[in-house]
Amino acid sequence: MSRRERNVDLMRWSGPKRPYDLVKEFVIALVVVSVLIGASAAIFSSPDERAVTLQDWANKSPSDFLTTTTGELAGTTISAAYGAPYNDASEGLSLGPLKLQKWFGVTIPVNPAFDFVLDPLRFSKDAAVSTALSQWQGSSLVQQNTWATDYATAIEKAGDPAKVAYSDTYGPVPAMAKGLLLLAQDGNLDGILTTKETPYPSDFTKPMLFLADGGYLDALGEAQHLHGDQWGMMNETGSYPGQSWLWLFSLWYQVEPFKSSENADSQIFLVIMILTLGFIFMPKIPFINRLPRWIPIHRLIWRRYYRENNL
Amino acid sequence: MSTMWTTKIRRATIEKFEPQDVLPDEQPSYVASWIYVFGVLTLASLVVIIVSGFWLTTKGIEWWHTSSVGHYVNSVHLWAVELFFVFMVVHLWGKFWMAAWRGNRFMTWVSGAIAFLASVATGFTGYLIQTNFDSQWIASQAKDGLNSVGIGSFFNTLNTGQSILLHVALLPMVVGLITVWHVILVRRNGVVPPLDAKDISGGAL
Repeated sequence: MSRRERNVDLMRWSGPKRPYDLVKEFVIALVVVSVLIGASAAIFSSPDERAVTLQDWANKSPSDFLTTTTGELAGTTISAAYGAPYNDASEGLSLGPLKLQKWFGVTIPVNPAFDFVLDPLRFSKDAAVSTALSQWQGSSLVQQNTWATDYATAIEKAGDPAKVAYSDTYGPVPAMAKGLLLLAQDGNLDGILTTKETPYPSDFTKPMLFLADGGYLDALGEAQHLHGDQWGMMNETGSYPGQSWLWLFSLWYQVEPFKSSENADSQIFLVIMILTLGFIFMPKIPFINRLPRWIPIHRLIWRRYYRENNL
Repeated sequence: MSTMWTTKIRRATIEKFEPQDVLPDEQPSYVASWIYVFGVLTLASLVVIIVSGFWLTTKGIEWWHTSSVGHYVNSVHLWAVELFFVFMVVHLWGKFWMAAWRGNRFMTWVSGAIAFLASVATGFTGYLIQTNFDSQWIASQAKDGLNSVGIGSFFNTLNTGQSILLHVALLPMVVGLITVWHVILVRRNGVVPPLDAKDISGGAL
């Protein structure tokens, strides 16, 4: 940029001016935009797919519910192996040598086996469940893990908990899983998981983590084209534009090496941070800040000025 | 030079502006393109967002699930947001191709960029508090990204109460303040002249 260019840019404009009614422009814009928005709202409405409950899950997909419950006891679910901020079960994701996920430790403590299964089972009025729970609590951690793992393996082989034949090798796990299923089917589990800390809940961390551990929520999301490989959370249910402004974030989940990376979340976050800083400081980035001069779209914007001044 | 804080603040703020700069009734002759309209369209959409947001706030987050009027107001809020982003993105691209950061206008660009990012965050928390399947899905998916870099320790997308407060109290205030800052900078520095404009001296800004 030459000194002359800088001077012109810095000067208070004293050339020809034209009347410009800012207030009138704003009022007209407000009226036009209000009509456009009001009509769009009337014609297209907005999506409102009812929220999913643990009761829905237990009633519509009991097999998946029982399998997930067993997985919580065996410590094989996503939540059970999550790491920070919920537990210490894993290191979590990293960014090269930086273990960012565990930097702030466990700030939202969640013990899936206890919080999702064992603690809620205290509310069961079924004597068989109470007996099973006592047997579980009176046994060693090794024994508990063996029971749960054996039952989880049997379910995986059979493909359905209903097809697993009774066996002592599973200990009290089938009875506990069934007890939790009944609590959920009656609608009690939704309340139990949210009202433990306060009867006025607004935190759905526990029921949502449990729900997301199963395959039911995932299948609903896929059916609504909401998976990560379907441009994920920038979409919303139905044929609505959703958060289309998040396209640059969702884009990276569709391409390698991020698509198959175990640390995709943290890597993409780094990419977005770099792009965000680039966006904010774009005027200072060489080459990029010269593009408007080299690609003459400004000739179109100011065509009247250039024409009138023979430039 | 006065040492009074009041005097210093007045000189740094109010005295920087002439009445003609705050609400000018004329603009340089080169301000003659449809691209200039998108800034004010963005502001107009923001007004509709705020008004519909106020309405939804006074009725509570469950209202729109059970009332046809509530559903319509929610739809107005949604489409106002959609248009707000469309207008803002066109406005941003326009400013990019005009290299509108020239002549001490770098902070005008920065404030606009930050306003866009703050709006993205506000829109995101809005999607989290719809209390429907979309909220559940978005919260469940987004938590992994935020947790992966430690942000989840401070912002839990599964905590709807936290998202509600962020969306209706904190973030609108942030967007509002940044927007005011942006508009003040635009008014103070004037509209950037065309690239390669002729020398027309009127004194430094």
